[in-house]
Amino acid sequence: MPEALAPILDIATFIRETLLSLFETLGASPELANGLVTFIGAFLIANFVLLILVVNIWMERKVMARLQDRIGPNRVGPWGLFQTVADLGKLLSKEIIIPSQADLIPFLLAPLLAVMSVIGIWAVIPFAETAIGTDVSIGVLYFMAVSSFGIMAILMAGWSSNNKYALLGAFRAVAMLVSYEVPIILTLMVPVLLTGSMRMNEIVMAQNIWFIFMVPLAGIIFYISQVAEVGRQPFDLLEAESEIVAGYHIEYSGFAFAIFYAAEWAHGFAICALFVTLFLGGWQGPFVDQIPTLGFIYFLGKTFLVYIIQIWMRATVPRLRIDQIMDFCWKLLIPVSLALVVLIALTEGIITTLAEQGILTAPFLANYFSTATAADMLPRTFVLLTINAFITIVTLFLLARRGRAERERFEAMRQSMAPIEAGTD
Amino acid sequence: MLTFSPVSVSFFIMALFTIGGGLGVVTTRNLVHAALFLVLSLFGIAGLYVLLEAPYLAVIQVLVYVGAISILITITVMVTRRLMGIEETYNRQWPIAAIISGLLGAGLIALVVAQFGALTPVADVPVDNIEQLGRAFVTHQGFLLPFEVASVLLLAAMIGSIVISRDV
Repeated sequence: MPEALAPILDIATFIRETLLSLFETLGASPELANGLVTFIGAFLIANFVLLILVVNIWMERKVMARLQDRIGPNRVGPWGLFQTVADLGKLLSKEIIIPSQADLIPFLLAPLLAVMSVIGIWAVIPFAETAIGTDVSIGVLYFMAVSSFGIMAILMAGWSSNNKYALLGAFRAVAMLVSYEVPIILTLMVPVLLTGSMRMNEIVMAQNIWFIFMVPLAGIIFYISQVAEVGRQPFDLLEAESEIVAGYHIEYSGFAFAIFYAAEWAHGFAICALFVTLFLGGWQGPFVDQIPTLGFIYFLGKTFLVYIIQIWMRATVPRLRIDQIMDFCWKLLIPVSLALVVLIALTEGIITTLAEQGILTAPFLANYFSTATAADMLPRTFVLLTINAFITIVTLFLLARRGRAERERFEAMRQSMAPIEAGTD
Repeated sequence: MLTFSPVSVSFFIMALFTIGGGLGVVTTRNLVHAALFLVLSLFGIAGLYVLLEAPYLAVIQVLVYVGAISILITITVMVTRRLMGIEETYNRQWPIAAIISGLLGAGLIALVVAQFGALTPVADVPVDNIEQLGRAFVTHQGFLLPFEVASVLLLAAMIGSIVISRDV
C-alpha cells in the first residue's frame, strides 16, 4: 500500500499525532499537549453529537412522513434539510419563561444535566478502532452510570416546574426508567460474559460473528429496554400528550426546551450507536484491518440503519398504558433476561472448562473471540443460538398458555353477562 | 508538598463538591434540595475514586447512589406535606447530632493530621484490578462469604418490602 495514503487510511491517529507534534513544537510539555489533544477530542465528539441531531431530526420527520404517506419537510434547503436549523433559530429567539413558583436553580440545571448525560455516553463509544473518546476498562458500566443522570434531570425538571403534570411525568419517569434499567443491565452482561471484558473496543473486536447472531434474544431485549429508557413510542409515558399534556418539560420554553428536545433525540441516536457497538459489531466490516478509517463509515451506516428501525417503531406502534409497560418489564423482560444470563453463564463455564482440558477444540476457549475467524466461531455460535431458541420457545409456550387462560376467563365472564345484555334477566 | 497539577486541581474541585454538598444536605430546609446536594456530595466522592485510580468503584458509586436518590426524592415528595419554605425547626435533637458529628469529624481530622509528613508512596495499582476484584468475590480465599452474606441480606430486605407492601 502506498506510503502517501497512510494519513487517509487511519485518519484519527493521523490527526491526533499531527496535533500532538504541533503542540510540542509550540513549546508545550508532553503532558500538557496530551491534555490539549484530549480536550479537542472531547470538544469534537460533543459537537458531533449535537450537529448530527440536525440530520437525525430531519431523517425522523422525513421517514415518518413517508411511512404515513405524507411528504414531510421540503421547503427549507434541499429536501427540507435545513428545516431543523430554522426550527432551532425560532427556539433560540424565544423567551425562556420561568414559572413564578419554580425552583430556579434545579429548573435551569435540569436541561443541562439531561444533555450532559447523553453526550457523556459518546465518550466510550468507538467510532473506529483508533477513534474512541476514552477506552476505559469499565466502558459498559460507565454508560449505565452516566445515563442514570438522565433520570435525575427528568426528576429535577418535573419537580422544580411546580406543575402537577410535570410532576406526574417525572414520577412516571422514575417508575419506568428505574424498572427498565434492570433488563438493560442484565442483557449488558451477556456481551461482557462472552468477551470477558467491559472495554468497548474489546467487545467490538470480539465480534467476528456479530453478537446479535450469537445471542439474538439478549440483543432484542436490550434494544426494547433502551427504547423504553429513552421514552420513545410505544413507551412515551413520560410525556404522554393525551394524558399529561407534555410531561416533565411542560413548563420549558425557548432554548431550555430546545436543550431537552436535543437531549431526547441525541439519546435516541446514542442508544442506536450503543446497540451497534455491543451487538452489531461496531466498526467491524470488510477491509477494516487495513483501512481503519472505513470503521467510521461502517459504524455510522449501521447506526443510522438501527435508527430507522426506531423511527419505524415510533410511527407504527401505539402507546401502552403504564400498568402494561410495567408488566411487560417485570413479568416478561426481566425473567427472560435473567434466565438467559444464568444459562449462558453456565454453558460458557462448562464449555470453556472442557476446552481447557482438551476435550473440546480451541474455539471454545474463553477469550478466543478476538483471535478466531468467523468460521472458527460457528460451533460456539450454534451452542449459544440453541440456548436462545430454547428460552424463546419456553417463553412463547408460557405466554400462549397465559393468553389461553385469559381468553377462557373472558369467555366465561361474557357468558355469565349474556342474559343481562339480552335484557332477559 | 502541595504542587499545582491537573490532578491536584481536580482533587480540590472534587473535595469542594463533597464537603460543600455534605454541608448543603444538613443545612438546607428544603428536602428536595437536600437530596440534590446529596447527589453532588456523592458525585464528588466518585470523582475522588477516579483520582485514586479506582474507576470501577467510582462508576458503581454513581450508578447506585444517583439511581437511589431519584427514588429518595420521589418518596420525599410523596410523604411530606410541605417541602419548601419550612421555617420552624422540627427536630429538637440537632444539638446532640451536631456535637456527635463534630467529635467524629475532629477525630478524623486528628487522625489525618497525625499522618502528615509520614506519607509513603503506595505501590502501583495493578492495571486489571477489576479482574482481581471479580475473582476476589468468587473465591473462598477472597471475600466469597461476606459477598454471599450481603446478597442474602439484600434479598431478605427485598422480600420483606414486597411482603409489607402486599399486606396493606
